[in-house]
Amino acid sequence: MSTQLPASRPFKVSFPHMGNYSIPVRLLAEQLECEIVLPPKMTRRTLEVGARHSPEFVCIPFKYNLGNYIEALEKGANLLIQAGGGCRFGYYGEVQEAILRDLGYDFGMVRLLGGWKLRDHIGDFKRVNPRLTMLRALKAYKLALRQTQALDRIEDYVRRNAGFEVQDGAFEEVHEAFLGELDTARDMRTMAEIESRYLGELEAIPTERPDDLLRIGIVGELYVLMEPFSNLFVEKELAKRGVEVHRFVTVSNMVEHSGRKHTAHLDELIAKSGDYVRYHLGADGTESVSMTYQLMQQGFDGVLHLKPFGCMPEVNAMASLQRLSREHTFPILFISYDAQTSETGLKTRLDAFCDMLRMRKQRPGDAAMADGAETLAPGAERSTA
Amino acid sequence: MSKAYLGVDVGSISTKGVVIDADGEVLARSYLWTEGNPVRAVKRVLAELEAQVDGDAVEVVSVGTTGSARELTGAVLGAQVVKNEITAHAVGTLSRHPDVRTIFEIGGQDSKIIIVRDGVPVDYAMNTLCAAGTGSFLSSQARRLDVPVEEFGEHALRSKRPTKIAGRCTVFAESDLVHKAQIGHKLDDIIAGLCAAIVGNYLNNVGKGKEVLGPIVFQGGVSKNVGVVRAFEKATGHEIQVDDDGHLMGALGVALVARDSGLETPFSFGVRDVTFETVGEECSGCPNDCEVVIVLREGAYLDGWGNRCPRGMERVRERVCAQEGSLAGAE
Repeated sequence: MSTQLPASRPFKVSFPHMGNYSIPVRLLAEQLECEIVLPPKMTRRTLEVGARHSPEFVCIPFKYNLGNYIEALEKGANLLIQAGGGCRFGYYGEVQEAILRDLGYDFGMVRLLGGWKLRDHIGDFKRVNPRLTMLRALKAYKLALRQTQALDRIEDYVRRNAGFEVQDGAFEEVHEAFLGELDTARDMRTMAEIESRYLGELEAIPTERPDDLLRIGIVGELYVLMEPFSNLFVEKELAKRGVEVHRFVTVSNMVEHSGRKHTAHLDELIAKSGDYVRYHLGADGTESVSMTYQLMQQGFDGVLHLKPFGCMPEVNAMASLQRLSREHTFPILFISYDAQTSETGLKTRLDAFCDMLRMRKQRPGDAAMADGAETLAPGAERSTA
Repeated sequence: MSKAYLGVDVGSISTKGVVIDADGEVLARSYLWTEGNPVRAVKRVLAELEAQVDGDAVEVVSVGTTGSARELTGAVLGAQVVKNEITAHAVGTLSRHPDVRTIFEIGGQDSKIIIVRDGVPVDYAMNTLCAAGTGSFLSSQARRLDVPVEEFGEHALRSKRPTKIAGRCTVFAESDLVHKAQIGHKLDDIIAGLCAAIVGNYLNNVGKGKEVLGPIVFQGGVSKNVGVVRAFEKATGHEIQVDDDGHLMGALGVALVARDSGLETPFSFGVRDVTFETVGEECSGCPNDCEVVIVLREGAYLDGWGNRCPRGMERVRERVCAQEGSLAGAE
């Protein structure tokens, strides 16, 4: 049990942002039957206040979370929720709570430790709302999961197609409208209906896909992958450069491979990594290497690897990724994020990366190109290019 | 009149410009310090270039810009092509050295490596965090030792026993250097040690995990330092080629890209006499406070950037233009 309640009711509950997942998290939080105070939209101020009160060398997700908490407390929240993680993130809740108390805030905190299983956390939630039953929590969980799936499916479609829209902003407009409607959906049927209707609307948007379009996969640490503000909107930036963007780290995928299936999933990733990983690297590191290898085999043009500066599991992954890149002449762009907000450096690197991929593509007979595409058997190849 | 193409590379420390003909031959070249004022530097480059070309025989029909001030310069010159410096350097170098397989680049504030195979760039990296392995590090240490940075190379070549200096970080390197000097190491040895430290830092950071194969071309301002060139040869075991025009490769590359773009609009060197002004202002429309930059040509809005939403640009543009308008009215 790791919950400390505020001194008095009414409780006003809040939680950090991550992409658009505040939509399903809000649905869950509603079961606590108290007012929900969403932190303001992420801005540079969020990062400024978060970074000012964070240890200098902690990773960037910590700083964003802390900024969200401070801005939510300023809006009147008094009960904060923090989840665990597969790296030192698992300890962030404690540190953030101590920092916020030192700053003089009066609040309670629910820390969800030990994974994604509902029955481990129901006790914490029941202390906030004694009327909550396991049955009701389970129902809400299923609904939130369905909402998450709808969100991930729509955003996956947007990522893969927005780069080719004929009219600027067409995808974003539909996407925004979708988010607004999904936020109000509270039953399975409505969620399914919204998903399929908006998928239809997205499919109806006129696009022009060039013959030489680039397919780029994004791998790396989950927070900077899923929170666009923290990665300086790298997916949109790629789309602007006419890229079909693929990302596999989503909350739906994480839930699907959590709990009992987790070990089997890791084993599968290792088996499909072309011998570039032999044991689990911690957090998302195994997936970063294995997915990169799989994308290379599927003929992707390149991979972007994103991580917060100092992220240990992803630093582990980079050693393997660099070898993979070298041995197969497969382009991987490594990007580290910290509290910098200037996009110039990122844009320069993305421009150069896309130029490079296009130049490679224009020479189909290139030996370096043929290597690494579909045909190779795992472990059997060593590049001679 | 034959067609010519202008390429301008505006870096943090130096500004470079070339005019080339349709065959890629350099007709005019210019290289000078940016001195924190890219617009003024570009105008001076234009003056030098104009003096070298025969205005009656050639006409500049397409302009490309690159370097960290490429957007601003692109707006000022009305450039047809604005390209990142990595691509520009690769294109420029490949035009002169088609067989190159590795390009080392160390400039004033950044350093990069470009891996080329069969004439196509296949991988690159840029320094991410600090300036320890760049030209500005060398200049600051030169000041400390009271030796002109241009003479660094000769000093380094005279050294028989280079001093070991930690090149990981500017602060560590500096304290290491002071310590070695105080315990009696010779100036030449210390300078040779610094050159080796730069190379070690570069290969360990920028070049990390990359397959460095010859032929290697080394360019950027630091390539003019023979001490660093020797240190690279020692560390890689390959001969290092340094082109006489090595510092101009970015400008040459972007001029070639402009030539190949097929976009042509007659360009006049007269743009030198036009007044350009830049205004940087925080939008303050939301807590994000985007830093929006507006470029004014003769007091009128020309271009702007830095906004994350269209409202930001409108807000700042209206404010700035209203101010400029009232100023103009008062005159």
